[in-house]
Amino acid sequence: MSLNLVWPDFLVERDENRCIQCEVCAKQCANEVHRLDKDTGLMVSDETKCVDCHRCVAMCPTRALKIRVNDLEFKPNANWSGDLIKEIYKQADSGAVLQSGMGNPKPYPVYWDRMVINASQVTNPSIDPLREPMETGVILGRKPPKLEFDKNGRLLTKMPPQIKLDVPIMFSAMSFGSISGNAHEALARAATALGTLYNTGEGGLAREMYKYGPNTIVQVASGRFGVHPEYLNAGAMLEIKIGQGAKPGLGGHLPGAKVGDAVSKARMIPKGSDALSPAPHHDIYSIEDLRQLIYSLKEATDYLKPVSVKIAAVHNSAAIASGIARAGADIIAIDGFRGGTGSAPTRTRDNVGIPVELALASVDQRLREEGIRNEVSLVAAGGIRCSMDVVKAIALGADACYIGTAALVAMGCHLCQTCYTGKCNWGIATQREDLEKRLNPDIAAQRLINMVTGWKHEIDETLGGMGINAIESLKGNRLMLRGVGLNEKELEVLGIKYAGE
Amino acid sequence: MIKEGLTRIPSGCAISGILNRKGERFSGETILTSIEIMHDRANGLGGGFAGYGIYPNFADLYALHIFYDDAGSKDQTDCFIKGHFEVEAEERIPTRKVKEIGKSPLIWRYFMSPKPHKIRESELDEQEYVARCVFTINREYKGAYVFSSGKNMGAFKGVGFPEDIGRFYMIEEYEAYLWTAHGRFPTNTPGWWGGAHPFTLLNWSVVHNGEISSYDANRRFVEMYGYNCTLMTDTEVITYIIDLLVRKHGIPLTEAVNIMAAPFWREIELMDDENRKKYEAIRSVYGSALINGPFSIILGFEGGMMALNDRIKLRPLIAAEKGDNLYVASEEAAIRIVCPSPDRIWSPRGGEPVIGFAEGYK
Repeated sequence: MSLNLVWPDFLVERDENRCIQCEVCAKQCANEVHRLDKDTGLMVSDETKCVDCHRCVAMCPTRALKIRVNDLEFKPNANWSGDLIKEIYKQADSGAVLQSGMGNPKPYPVYWDRMVINASQVTNPSIDPLREPMETGVILGRKPPKLEFDKNGRLLTKMPPQIKLDVPIMFSAMSFGSISGNAHEALARAATALGTLYNTGEGGLAREMYKYGPNTIVQVASGRFGVHPEYLNAGAMLEIKIGQGAKPGLGGHLPGAKVGDAVSKARMIPKGSDALSPAPHHDIYSIEDLRQLIYSLKEATDYLKPVSVKIAAVHNSAAIASGIARAGADIIAIDGFRGGTGSAPTRTRDNVGIPVELALASVDQRLREEGIRNEVSLVAAGGIRCSMDVVKAIALGADACYIGTAALVAMGCHLCQTCYTGKCNWGIATQREDLEKRLNPDIAAQRLINMVTGWKHEIDETLGGMGINAIESLKGNRLMLRGVGLNEKELEVLGIKYAGE
Repeated sequence: MIKEGLTRIPSGCAISGILNRKGERFSGETILTSIEIMHDRANGLGGGFAGYGIYPNFADLYALHIFYDDAGSKDQTDCFIKGHFEVEAEERIPTRKVKEIGKSPLIWRYFMSPKPHKIRESELDEQEYVARCVFTINREYKGAYVFSSGKNMGAFKGVGFPEDIGRFYMIEEYEAYLWTAHGRFPTNTPGWWGGAHPFTLLNWSVVHNGEISSYDANRRFVEMYGYNCTLMTDTEVITYIIDLLVRKHGIPLTEAVNIMAAPFWREIELMDDENRKKYEAIRSVYGSALINGPFSIILGFEGGMMALNDRIKLRPLIAAEKGDNLYVASEEAAIRIVCPSPDRIWSPRGGEPVIGFAEGYK
């Protein structure tokens, strides 16, 4: 082992006047940063292990702890950032692919922050959501090209399966395995209370979770972990995961260490074995193959449930989405490159894929040009951070949004980006029993409900301000958006005007 | 300044409509009197009328009313028209000098029928063929704008107060069983005659008071079905939604109303099973055709009219009946001035249409 050239990213600052050596920090830190030095009777830290998750800071009874970014700097170099240098040291040590958790943190433009929203003044009145009905419900599922009525106004058309959400926000796919059972349970309970859906991810579904079926999307990914007829029929909607925004073009890897009894059972794989999802589905090498899987799933569920296809946002998303719509998918989910993940190769996470704002805008426009936009539902995912991102996504053309990272944060995630270690001190991205029990599903569910309820209020207010009282009137209503700090090409792709125009 | 159609101009307005349910025709004088009293609801930047049953001698021919910027644009458009239609008659629409009305475009009308072999070649039905020809002229023939294209009906409109526009077109000389009128209050306009109301397509005419907040959602929806929103006005997009739903999708007008001013979810949830399923389907399939924001509209069609408010009635709309006559208007005054003692006068609820049919028409 050569000399370790990497110094700690973070500094643990302990106020010795406050510290009472209670060892709570040591007990709380799964990364084993803190320990009591028996000789001196003082707490000491191994900062190389710190991931800046703030668990110790939050739990310290005397507020003695502070974590700071280590300000030790390399000699300034505009080309060689400190991160790059350190990453090379790491790879020179290990010879391995760099791993990361959560979404792309690089300073790419965040288009949400370069679009602003309209409001009514004089020529049309804004609507007060406290006094007037305000509708945020959306319906997902395939639409027939038109409705037929008899002469008495009775509906003759038989509708394909539809799912009504009370809010245009669903919880993104996060597998049992990548996140804890308690986190899964909290998402399911919150989705039920909010009248929306959560997504199993590719990890199958524990039997105890079947009771949340009406609010569950069951995912079928390339590893087919935990997929069987009962599982498919347990949910309200099915989703074929082709790609994920955090790692387009790649599969997945759940380390054997995370595959305990419960995960092993849900995934139908031996305990302790690595769960490797191949990059492609090995029965989908083409769009016509995708069609076969879509219809296999529909056959398996008696055509009673809509089937979604989720793709990562990539350069050619518009054409791909058009193919997916024509292949029979009822819902298309587009996952942008800022979407989170339990684990992804750093280089892929930070360099592959495109922002969901641009992908969404081009997909919606393309489907409209082909006259098929109204036949499928469009879900935007990967990078939705707040209620206004939801509003902007819907105005660009989405029916609804998936949130993943935001939901984790609501449950207590501090975005330390080391989910792949399995040592989540907040009990979210872990399978260690002692850590998982830190996440109380009742409290976590309530926090999720609170957050989405808050977002719903904000969406209500914003809709009212625009003079709209039903969210479908916002869908694709791009005149409600204006760009700031964007160039002409960006405006063109987003299909919006510049502020002041 | 950017011409209307290249930019979106919000406007407020006055509207009025009078229908004789026996199908008896009456002079345009009445509607002119009705709209005139709402003078202050307009600002002199647009007024217009639509009359149904005004061309009994040409009842089976399409009557195209066209604005031309100059003789050159007419020549070019004439080539197109004569290549696609048999023109039975054409003339300048008669007007009188009115000092309040500024420079007008050349205003022509044609009575014509589509060339049968052209329809066959196009593989379209007759109405779709005519509609597409109208779109083609409006999109591709610079300086030409078709502002009326129905049978036995016509729109008359321009820049000015509606009463002046009415006198300009001498609408008292025409007799119709249904009249609608509009006075416009745009917030800014380059004063283009095509931007005035009514907006028409085939036999549909729409006069509208309001600014729909769902405009771009509606526009991008109808554009999927081959409509070109060249004017960027609410009225245009409402007309296209109606045309799409009723003519192309074959939906009864009463159900089209349920789409454009759909019931709230909280109402739908209280419905019986059959109706709940129906309205869920409506909101699911036609959510993008929901018209949101403040509006009151009067839709004229062959054989009747329909007046409708937005779901929470953010714009005024009054209706009244007297004998065979059905009146709707933005203000009660506009009804009382032509019908001082109606049998019944009421304020329709938001989303609740007032529909009247004339006898003798389909």
